[in-house]
Amino acid sequence: MDLELLLSMAVSFDDARVAVTGPDGTSLTTGELEAAAAGAATLVREAGATRLAFCDTNGLAFPVALFGAVKARLPLVPLNYRLSDEQLGRIVGDQDLLAVASPELGERLRRLGVERVLESSAFLASARAAAPGDEPTPVDPDEVALLLYTSGTTAAPKAAVLRHRNLAAYVIGTVEFGSAGPEEAALLSVPPYHIAGVMNLLSNLYMGRRVVYLDAFRAEEWLERVREQAVTHAMVVPTMLARIVAALRQGPADAPSLRTLAYGGAKMPAPVIEEALRRFPHVAFTNAYGLTETSSTITVLGPEAHRQALSSDDPEVRARLGSAGLPVPGVEIEIRDEDGERCGPGAGGEIFVRGEQVAGEYLGAAGGGDGWFATRDRGHLDSEGYLFIEGRSDDTIIRGGENIAPAEIEDVLLAHEAVEDCAVVGVEDEEWGQRIAAVVVLVPGATVGAEELRAHARAHLRGSKTPDEVRVVDELPYTDTGKLLRRVVREQLVGTGPSAP
Amino acid sequence: MELTAGSRWKSVVCDTEVVIVRPPDAPRILACGGTAMVPVGSDAPAGSLDQALADGTQLGKRYTDEGSVVEVLCTKAGRGTLTLDGERLELKGAKPLPSSD
Repeated sequence: MDLELLLSMAVSFDDARVAVTGPDGTSLTTGELEAAAAGAATLVREAGATRLAFCDTNGLAFPVALFGAVKARLPLVPLNYRLSDEQLGRIVGDQDLLAVASPELGERLRRLGVERVLESSAFLASARAAAPGDEPTPVDPDEVALLLYTSGTTAAPKAAVLRHRNLAAYVIGTVEFGSAGPEEAALLSVPPYHIAGVMNLLSNLYMGRRVVYLDAFRAEEWLERVREQAVTHAMVVPTMLARIVAALRQGPADAPSLRTLAYGGAKMPAPVIEEALRRFPHVAFTNAYGLTETSSTITVLGPEAHRQALSSDDPEVRARLGSAGLPVPGVEIEIRDEDGERCGPGAGGEIFVRGEQVAGEYLGAAGGGDGWFATRDRGHLDSEGYLFIEGRSDDTIIRGGENIAPAEIEDVLLAHEAVEDCAVVGVEDEEWGQRIAAVVVLVPGATVGAEELRAHARAHLRGSKTPDEVRVVDELPYTDTGKLLRRVVREQLVGTGPSAP
Repeated sequence: MELTAGSRWKSVVCDTEVVIVRPPDAPRILACGGTAMVPVGSDAPAGSLDQALADGTQLGKRYTDEGSVVEVLCTKAGRGTLTLDGERLELKGAKPLPSSD
């Protein structure tokens, strides 16, 4: 199964169904998308590069570039335009690319050495006008479809290698073909260099659900778009949901079309999801956990589990609101201790995953092994197999020989009514190895002292997990895709990073 | 026939095409409309549809045998009935999938 076949099935189902609506309101039907992709493939082949890069915000050019690359039998390389020139330069430097980019980003790529650059709207127009080439032989599912750089919050970005069979396995394993009615519309505000942006597009296409693009997230604009486009499904990262609920404190949601809100990409603070559940009482919430290397979602916490957790008396059921849910079909999850042994329920360790959608392969490093992929995330399973994420292994604080998960302390601090957001990191300490530092953002108008927060933490956790220091800041550093930049938080604490507000 | 996961097969008696989602663990014959299917992309002479095996296949649906030995996804609809070693494949029960998309 491959992406070309996926698109042709969507076209056979209904070639007049709108596939994507761009930020300016213009659209492409499935038939038009397939025709434009065929034209794009002609342009791509003519340019003679070995990979097609895409460096722009969400818009109609993205799906055309994606499927154009598929039809030209080349990998697509979505580029994160938020990377520094140094990081981006290293990525593009040793690749033979044709890049589709916005005018500004195109200029930047040329400066970084990319010779062949097409401006996005010109690419789109040319693709729609170009003649399709001859039909090549069917796609080999082992061919590379996507080279997607991981977010690089803990290390330099690496290119995850995603083959057609990985991406297709995810789509056909998790959604039902043609299951969406023509009135459905999915609002996508995550950028195209995020795995969720790619997979959401593919899944919606397979279901027959129109994708509506938002190219820059602002809560008010998101709400307006939901109303104006009668959006039924939306996918956001937790920082976006936090801004949406903050906007809703000014007035009701007034989003009667919205049926489902899915979120993922980072940990969801409990107060945010609890408030969102109250402000959108008729919306089904879904939490998705996954990685670039696993073709996105591997576990899901569904709508019923969300609502049950809110209303249950059973503490184990209530706790599941903070979980990542259960594995999706075709995926197995295991927790392993430091010796590589499988852990039982309740025991924390590294999260391992296996399944057809799990690629677990990086450019320049051999894949292989028994199919089990080490996520480098720590977590545990409860008695019914619900997965709880404790955080990245690299973010574990080691204080006086004790391993401490920042998430545990963050959850406790977030439960304090004056705390809006927080990050707990380890700072080098001569006596302890690392000491625990908590950086908090207060609820607007609230005041609370560091000692009160430390006492609050001490009341809920063991003494050794009480933050050694607490600092109040105006905001925490996040990426566009909602990932907390702990490295920057640490740097700001020791005064070597960009000065904290 | 090598019914490997992800391999694509076409009917020689109708338009049906499928992809193998779950492969059988032993050699089996996957047929459509009474005749063994052939790999997509291969040339094969057209046969004639067995009218007793003409229930038709639907685009995007999954089919499986009683014992769930094999599961296939229909990638192109046609008039024939899918069989595994002669046993009719049925539509897989549409259980709502827990999706995040």
